Order: sequence, then structure tokens, then C-alpha cells
Amino acid sequence: MASQAGHVVDAHDHRPSLYDWKRWAYSTNHKDIGTMYLVFAIIAGLIGAGMSGLIRWELANPGVQLFWGMADAANLQTDQIFAMKKVAADGTVTYKSFFGNEHAYNVMVTMHALTMIFFMVMPAMIGGFGNWFVPLMIGAPDMAFPRMNNISFWLLPVAFILAVTSMFVDGGSMGKGFGGGWTLYAPLSTSQALHGGPAMDLLIFSLHIAGISSILGAINFITTIFNMRAPGMTIHRMPLFVWSVLVTAFLLLLSLPVLAGAITMLLTDRNFGTNFFNAAAGGDPVMYQHLFWFFGHPEVYILILPGFGMISQIVSTFSNKPVFGYLGMAYAMVAIGFIGFIVWAHHMYTVGMGLELEAYFLAATMIIAVPTGIKIFSWIATMWGGSVDFKVPMLWAMGFIFLFTVGGVTGVVLANSGVDTVLHDTYYVVAHFHYVLSLGAVFAIFAGFYYWLPKMSGLKYSGLLGGLHFWITFVGVNIIFFPQHFLGLQSMPRRIVDYAEAFAYWNYVSSIGYVIAMVGTLVFVVMLLDMFVLRRRKLEAGENANPWGEGATTLEWTLSSPPPFHQYAELPRLPDEKPH
Amino acid sequence: MKLWGFVGAISLFCGAAWAGQPVNGGLGFQPPGSDMMRQVDSFHNVLLVMCFSISLFVLALLAIIVLRYRKSANPVAQKFTHNWTLEIAWTVIPVLILVAISFLSFPVLFAQETSQKADLTIKATGNTWNWSYSYPDYGVDIASSNLLEKSDSEAQNRPYMLATDTPIYVPIGKTVKMLVTSNDVIHSWAMPAFAFKQDAVPGRVNEGWFKPEKIGVYYGQCSELCGTRHAFMPIEVRVVSEEEFGRWVVEQGGQITTAGTVTAPGQDG
Repeated sequence: MASQAGHVVDAHDHRPSLYDWKRWAYSTNHKDIGTMYLVFAIIAGLIGAGMSGLIRWELANPGVQLFWGMADAANLQTDQIFAMKKVAADGTVTYKSFFGNEHAYNVMVTMHALTMIFFMVMPAMIGGFGNWFVPLMIGAPDMAFPRMNNISFWLLPVAFILAVTSMFVDGGSMGKGFGGGWTLYAPLSTSQALHGGPAMDLLIFSLHIAGISSILGAINFITTIFNMRAPGMTIHRMPLFVWSVLVTAFLLLLSLPVLAGAITMLLTDRNFGTNFFNAAAGGDPVMYQHLFWFFGHPEVYILILPGFGMISQIVSTFSNKPVFGYLGMAYAMVAIGFIGFIVWAHHMYTVGMGLELEAYFLAATMIIAVPTGIKIFSWIATMWGGSVDFKVPMLWAMGFIFLFTVGGVTGVVLANSGVDTVLHDTYYVVAHFHYVLSLGAVFAIFAGFYYWLPKMSGLKYSGLLGGLHFWITFVGVNIIFFPQHFLGLQSMPRRIVDYAEAFAYWNYVSSIGYVIAMVGTLVFVVMLLDMFVLRRRKLEAGENANPWGEGATTLEWTLSSPPPFHQYAELPRLPDEKPH
Repeated sequence: MKLWGFVGAISLFCGAAWAGQPVNGGLGFQPPGSDMMRQVDSFHNVLLVMCFSISLFVLALLAIIVLRYRKSANPVAQKFTHNWTLEIAWTVIPVLILVAISFLSFPVLFAQETSQKADLTIKATGNTWNWSYSYPDYGVDIASSNLLEKSDSEAQNRPYMLATDTPIYVPIGKTVKMLVTSNDVIHSWAMPAFAFKQDAVPGRVNEGWFKPEKIGVYYGQCSELCGTRHAFMPIEVRVVSEEEFGRWVVEQGGQITTAGTVTAPGQDG
């Protein structure tokens, strides 16, 4: 197929100015919308990382140093920092923490999770890379519904503003914001006595809007992938990243309405006198957990599946070898998506659901390890026998494969209800899901980012800074999260602002790891500034379309970098022979 | 893990009586205080072997790829994309491993979830933010068991954040039926050394059991986020001899019926 590199200087390209606000506000272009999603995700990610910084700072030592609330002059402890002095009319001096009380810590834990899930990982993977590369990879000129794509994006900042605002408005008797965890469990979230303020209502609206944004996006992806593939691009020839977005879109479409229903019931329980989850009036708080996790478990696969797709592209590119076991890889994702809908109650083993249910969810949950294992081993087999070039994206992909395996095996441990009785709601669970999400999904995002950044920008980044970013982050996040397994085995509960002296050692180590990881993030920001402000390295003519060499076989590498504003004026046609 | 648990146990023995509590720098479970927890512990040891072997296997494969198939060592890539034997192997072998695990896992689950003939019953009720207890067999009621303040913990040399102002007592070697419920939001009554955790859900009474087998002090914490003071509602159980338990019951204003022969009404879990 002929390269379309020439289009970049074509007078018919109609690329508007970067500084024209209408280009962004009114955008119907999948690449511009993808860029906005990515920028949004980076900003939200930095905010979410800042929140986890406060969490690790608080937990670095026993005692409450940041979120201690109020103290009078006589009782102010030396470790209570960020004290704001208040002198009353009668001369009594009280001190108030800048960060608020222990409830504010719970708010921070809640908002860290919601920010990272709904405003960082999902926008980056689905909105960002999905928007950018699904049309390019299937040979489509744009998404099926470009205007709907615009509203999908612009709902998201609205949702984020509502969520952030909720932190600063009255939450109820405990303080500002909602501090009931990202799971929003009733009756803590519906309690007038504890969360009577409007903060929780704002959060519900925020999730409604973020949910609408995702559902519209999912409809767009499904329609695009089913109807706008270039001639010859059959379902079984689609790149695995497209497969992963397709499966993810179905998960979104089927699970988010359940969340919307559940949080609408929270809203009416709170404001309109219904009693869906109020035990005193015949409701059932455990029903909320079932509804939530019927969404929540598919949600965690929504967070990781596009990453699976990206890793497949990257591993194949840098091994200079086609994906091993393409069909197995594609249908493993379908299987993971399907099983993801029938395992939700493994989040609720201790809720008192009885032996038979626990036994079923134990067995069903363990089955997920099979398709996941197929993926891990197929990635390894893709590299096996290849000519592996350890460029920056490949480093992140290799890191992903190993760390996701570690998170996966602790998932098998937790699936066993008998053991989970001890580990449920401890730091072991925190370690497990950060290994699969923070070290899994986020590593995949960085892998994809470094993989496609030259394509999206036409610029090269410093391989040194990218490599440095990887190695520092790799060391940092492992020091943060590996010791949390030990804390969990020793039974330190999750979501606690202060802990017994016996948990001090590993918490301190974990907080040191955070500082290291933040140095890595700083290198990332420096890498971006070096790339986009100094603009020292442009892709040369010879490597403009494809800087990665012959391993990069998907359609986006046939276009110029950055691709023309409107691509595929003439649809690409796939050659007849099997590409895999 | 076992080794570390052992070291922890030894060091605790040297200090004071047996205690079910975390150890600073500890790597594994707290030492088991009941047969149930011993079962969980030995099953978990098997799982640990599984975790380490799979992770190290994947790591070894990645290391071989780095050494043998890096661009400088292997400039020309092979192009194979299928190997049915391998693909069947890495589908079937994990299935077999999982079946093996489930053979060990289900008995632990069944043992936990099957009701036992109880020697005594304790009802724990979660409140924001403390626990209240009652012993219906003996007429003992504890209105609230609160966090022991820091100064008191230090004065009494008891672990702050874990110790309570009113510990509850259970006799050694007796099967304790725990009924767990809540007055307001969801809490969770956890006792790691007995492998016990039940959510305290308003409007329902969850049931479980444990059978302590070593005299000592055992600590747990509320294990479901329940608001501002969630971190500060510990659980302290003292396992004592039957005589001492009898004295404690009387001290609490209760009455010991023929201790040890009281049978709680049977209920199916």
C-alpha cells in the first residue's frame, strides 16, 4: 500500500491552527479529540498522583500528622504538622490542620481511586489511544459519530469538575467531601447522620456524567469497528488493539447502566425518601454491593483490556515478529470480558452470603486465570525467536508482562474464599490491585504513549529520558507496593489513617518508594518539555511514516507523522494474504 | 513465611504471653491462634509456592528472551505464529493447577462456613465508632468497647491502635459462635489469628465461629470503611482458662450456667 506521507504538505489537508480554540471546542476530528483525552488524562493523573502523595505522607509514620483535625494549644503534638492557628475572641488558642480531619483522609482515598479510574486510566486508554488509533488501524477516515465523539469528551471535564468540587463542599457531619470509598457503599453513602451534605450528591452526578460520556464513547467504538473497516479488514484481521477496544466497549455498554441505576437509587434514597438500601425500612444494603460490583468487576477489566491490546502491538513490533496465536489472543480477551460479568461477588466474600455462593464465585473467579495465562504466554511466545529491540516502549511492555503476572498470581490467592477471609479489606488487596492496575494498566499506558508519541506528534523523544523514566518508576512502584503484601498478611486494614506501631516499618519503606516513583514522574514531565518545548528532534523523511522499522505492520504506520488531518481520502485496501 | 511467623512467635513468647498481633517488619501471617487459621496458613503456603514458581518462571523466560533474542544476539527474527502443542499445554496445565488448588481450597471454605455446635455465643454490634458485645448465655453486656487512648496504652504497655478499654473474654478450647451486626453503617468484625472476618451489616445478623486454642491476647480491627474514626475501633479478645472466664463473667454481672455445657440454638449457616 502506498504511503500517504505526502498528504502532510497537501494544501487540501485543512489542518486548523493549534491556537484556534474552535478547533478544540468544536472538534469532530478523532485525532484532536484523542489528543484532548490524553492531555486530560495526564492532568488528572498528576492530580491523582498528588493525592496518593498525601496518603503516603500521612502513612509514612504512625500517628496522624496531616489529617489530625483540631487541637487546642495544650494538646498540639509535635508531629501534627500544617497547623493553622486560630485565636478566639476570649483569647483561647486552637489549632486546625490545613488538611482537615481523619474524614478528609478518607475523602483523599476515595478521590484518588475515582480520579485514577474514571479520569486517568479510562480517558487515556479508551478515549485517548482508542480514538486516535482505532480509526487509523482499521483504515477508517474518522469515528462513526464524530459529533457524539465531541460530547463524549467534553462531558468528562464537567464530570471531573463536579468530582473535585465535591471535595470542597459540605459532606455532612464528618466534614467536607465524601469519605466512603470509591465503592460508595450504602448505608455510609446514604446516611443523613454522616453524609448529609451535598458532596455525595455532586459525586453521584459526576459519575452519572462520566458514565454517559463512556457509554456514548462505547456506542461510537462499536459502530465504528463493525461498520467502517477498510476493504479486506475482516474481523479476524483486525489488530489486537482494535479487538481489545471492541471488547472493552461492550463491557462499558453492559456494565455502566447498572452503575447508573445503583447510584440513582443512592440519590433517591438520599433525597426523595426511597429505601432501596435502608434496612430499617425493608431495604437491603448488601443489594447495593451486588449492583455495584456487577459494574465494578467488569470495570477493572475495562481498565486493563485496552492495555492488553497495546502490549500485543508493541511486543510484536519490537520483536519484529507477528503476534503469536492471534485468534487465541483475541478470544482470550472475549473470554475475560465474558467471565468478568459472572464473578462480581468475590469482592464480597465476608458479607455473609453463605457457603454455596462463595463456592461458586471461588470457582468462577479462578477460571479467569486461564485466558489470562494464555495472554501472558502468547506474549512471551511472540518475543521468543524474535529479534527484540529494547526501545523505550518495549521496556514498559516487558515490565508490564512481569508485574501483571505478579498481580495475577496474588489474584488467584485472593480468589480462594478461605484465605480471603483473612486478607479481605487488608493491604494485601491494595497491593494486588495496584500490581494489576498501577503497575499493569499504567505501565501499559506508558508503553502505548512512548510507542505512539512519535506518530501523534511527528517528533522524537529522548530515549535516555524515556529509559530513565521507566527504570526509576519500575524501582519506585515496586518499593511502594511489594511491602504492602506483608502489611496485608500481617492484617493491616485498608483505608485507615493511622496504624499500630507494628505496621510502621513496611509503611515507611512504602512511602520511600513513593518518593522514588515521583522522581520518575518528574523525569516524565522533563521528557515532555524537552520534546514539545525544545522540539529538537523531528522524524526524518525516511522514518517519518514508521520510526520503528519492519516490525510495525499496522495501518497507522503507513501514514505520515503526524497523520494528515483527514486520512484515507482513498480507503486503504488490505492485501489478500494472511497478515498473521 | 512460616519461618518468619515462627521467629515472630518466638520473640513474642520471650516478651510476654502469646499474642495474636502484628510484628513490626513481619512478612507473613500472624501466628495462628486456632486450628482454622492453621488450615488457612498451610493452604496459603501452598499458594505461595504457586505464586513464586509462576512469577519466577515468567521472569526466567523474559530473561532468556533478553539474553538470546535481543537484536544484537539474534538479528534475524523467526516468523512462526502457531504451535498447537504449546497452546494446548498452556491452556491445560493452568487448568490442572487450578483444579489442584481448588481441591485444597474448598475444604478450607467448607470448614469455615459449616456451623459448629457452639459452646457459647457472643453478639458483636458495630457502632460509629466502637463495638458493643453481649453474651446471651451468661447475661453479660458490654455497652461499648473503645480504643484505649494513647497515653493509657503507653502506661499499660499495650499496643496503641489495637488495645481496647474493655477487652472481651473467651474460654480456651470452646467453640464460640459469633453473631455480627450493626446499628448504623457497615463495619466488619475481624480477628486475623482465628481466620475470622464477618461484615457487620445493619438489618442482618451474620454468623460465624472460631475456636481459640492458645491462651493469650488477640487483636483485630474494624475492616470495613465506616467513617471518620474507622481506623480507631479495634477489637481485643482475651483467651483465658475456663475458671478465669467464669470469674470474668461474674465480674461483669453475669451468671455462669454450667459452663461449657451451654449449647446455643443450632442454626444452619
